[in-house]
Amino acid sequence: MKLPSRQILAVISVAALVAACTSSSATTAPGGATCAAAANAVQIEAVSWWTTGGESSGFNAIINKFNCDNPGYFVTNSAIAGGAGSVAQAALQSRVLAGNPPDTFQVHMGHELLDTYVTPGYMDNLDDLYSANGWTTQFPKGVLDIVSAKDAAGATHYYSVPLDIHRANVLWYNKTVFSSNNLTAPTTWDQFFTAADALKAKGITPLAVGDSGIWSNGMLLEDVLIGQLGADKFNGLWTGTTDWASADVTTALNTYKKLLTYVNTDHSSLSWDQAADYLIPASAGAQPKAAMTIMGDWAAGEFDNKGFTDYGYVAAPGGTGIYQALADSFGLPTKAAHKDGVKKFLTLLGSAAGQDIFNPYKGSVPANTGAGNPPADQKQYSTYQKWAMGEWKTDTIVPSMEHGAAAAPSWKGAIETAVTSFVANPDAAALQTALVAACKDAKVCK
Amino acid sequence: MRISRDRATSLLVIAPSVLAIGIFVYGLIVWTGYISTVQWDTLRPDYTFVGLANYQAIFAQNRFLMDIRNTVVFTISFIAASLTIGLLLANFIDRQIRAEGLFRNIFVFPMAISFIVTGVVWKWVLSPGTVETITTAGGSLLVSRPQGVNQLFGLDPASNRWLTDSHVVFLAPDSPLYGFLHSVGLGFLTSPNIGIPIALFSLVIAAVWQMSGFVMVLYLAGLRAIPEELKEAARVDGCTEWRIFRHIVFPLLTPITLSAMIILGHISLKIYDLAVAMTPGGGPGFATDTPALFMWQTAFRDDHFGRGAAVAIVMLVLVAGVVVPYLVWTRRQEVEA
Repeated sequence: MKLPSRQILAVISVAALVAACTSSSATTAPGGATCAAAANAVQIEAVSWWTTGGESSGFNAIINKFNCDNPGYFVTNSAIAGGAGSVAQAALQSRVLAGNPPDTFQVHMGHELLDTYVTPGYMDNLDDLYSANGWTTQFPKGVLDIVSAKDAAGATHYYSVPLDIHRANVLWYNKTVFSSNNLTAPTTWDQFFTAADALKAKGITPLAVGDSGIWSNGMLLEDVLIGQLGADKFNGLWTGTTDWASADVTTALNTYKKLLTYVNTDHSSLSWDQAADYLIPASAGAQPKAAMTIMGDWAAGEFDNKGFTDYGYVAAPGGTGIYQALADSFGLPTKAAHKDGVKKFLTLLGSAAGQDIFNPYKGSVPANTGAGNPPADQKQYSTYQKWAMGEWKTDTIVPSMEHGAAAAPSWKGAIETAVTSFVANPDAAALQTALVAACKDAKVCK
Repeated sequence: MRISRDRATSLLVIAPSVLAIGIFVYGLIVWTGYISTVQWDTLRPDYTFVGLANYQAIFAQNRFLMDIRNTVVFTISFIAASLTIGLLLANFIDRQIRAEGLFRNIFVFPMAISFIVTGVVWKWVLSPGTVETITTAGGSLLVSRPQGVNQLFGLDPASNRWLTDSHVVFLAPDSPLYGFLHSVGLGFLTSPNIGIPIALFSLVIAAVWQMSGFVMVLYLAGLRAIPEELKEAARVDGCTEWRIFRHIVFPLLTPITLSAMIILGHISLKIYDLAVAMTPGGGPGFATDTPALFMWQTAFRDDHFGRGAAVAIVMLVLVAGVVVPYLVWTRRQEVEA
């Protein structure tokens, strides 16, 4: 029988798939030793969405450290590409639903983990790890509040180990533009608008925003709410103690409306990184398109990658002393196949030593306050990270809504829907009505 | 009844694919229909029957109504433009021009690219650039920093907003038709959920760029199948080339037009990849949002699996409304032939 060429092709592609699926049997760290899997090592599958750049280098470095120190286990990084886990999430959900979860997986700490996986009963708590390792004193209270949930009896349980902390409320500015216009970085929204008017008069767009994915505009909403309400009342928005219909929120929404008149006109066709690039002059000495952008501290990595060094940073207006945090964390699925190994791995992820391996690559700060001094032979923290670590240890911590810490994904979705409509039709009263309704739908407000 | 050996073999060969399609297509359609009637609102399945509550929930959302508006506008303009351009290109190629193969390949090539790539590239092209207004005592001054297509053709980003245009053209409250529709109880037709979102045409441009070459190939095959004798006879009768096209060629191309419309129609009703690549958040005020994008976010971001399934079923009904009449029609043609 003659085999049609199509069949041959099919056989070849299946063979190629099988080959591609066979996992590698050694991990390497950048500049470090390679540790191969022992013949009888227990394989632990860690799913992340870190596939490129510093984040994958950092994660591979910490995995390699674990594999070298624990020859009985072998952690593999099954990464699923896709920004901020948008793709990983769906793939992960179907595995959890099918009762075949990976041994541990990356998820934003807070409600993205709690509402999606913990409440439906897919995760084990990590109380024993937290008490055995002294994490209840090593992690700041703000973080402990975000990673924990109360059970029906009112007891607090911890559900994930935060590996890194990113700050959401940072204002980035072009230093040359500010100094040549005799401006200083604003710390309140009033100062922001004064500076913005001065920049506008020179034909420089004050604030660069890229909200083709609407979340970066939602972050601006969070920033004006933090500035108007302060840390406690901002936290109250997400627990039901602060009224979304209150006059404070109305004032904040009007500030937000005013803020959106100072942004680049093409914001809805740009991604956040394209907007951040508006701070970079086309050539040395040229005027950049925009003077400021408000973005999480992954923007530092964007600037560094583009070779742009002329940037300054302060807390977003009204957020001085308030650290709006988000974190990538790892938990323990109830149906994980190798729980002992996962617990050993999570112990390393939460430890000061482990966090000092990962975070210098990632551009984030360690959640563990004991960390911050990596050994001399490891990658060191950058200037920004050192500044952020100082703030991390003294600031009040509030959770990020847009990055899964403060609110359930469906609540976030409802807020983003309201913001998307607001961007096209800036009606502050309609926005407030929608936000009040969103809180009720989330069953947090009555 | 004895089954011949040949027949047994053929049944054996097609059985796996019939089985697979039965389970993975039709089985899952039934399953999705069932899920659209249950409570499932978290990652843990909840099969409490809720009737049509999920459908009520999605139709109560302005976003979904806008998505339907967008689908209608997108489908009509995408099909009309692709057919027109495809037909023009086919006629151009059919003139026995030099290097016909080269031109044919150039026009068809975009079809080989995925919608994601098309979307990313056209997002760059159709990003308008920024405008800053300087207000002085003497009046206001515009500082334009155009990008992409605006930079290329020297267009002003202040008036050429492309992807970022949040305008939706719909009946103005002062138009006579507006008053008339309200007076006859059709006032709902004047809501902003009915109208033409301008930003959507940026998506149409990208989609037409990608698919009109494919339409050209269909038409080219149709044109080449028309016997030269028919046209010759018409020429002998003294017809102009335009009248030959209008009364002989075009009617003979009807089956092609219909097939092309079905293929383009089901692409546009389901479009997801192009929209997510160009405007992952649905565009300004959901001007470029699509039901598929809404479905994905409802199910996999918000964990409202019941509502997501309801959106899927509404989309299925829309596509079936296009495809089923076509299937009936082709079957009738086959019977006649």
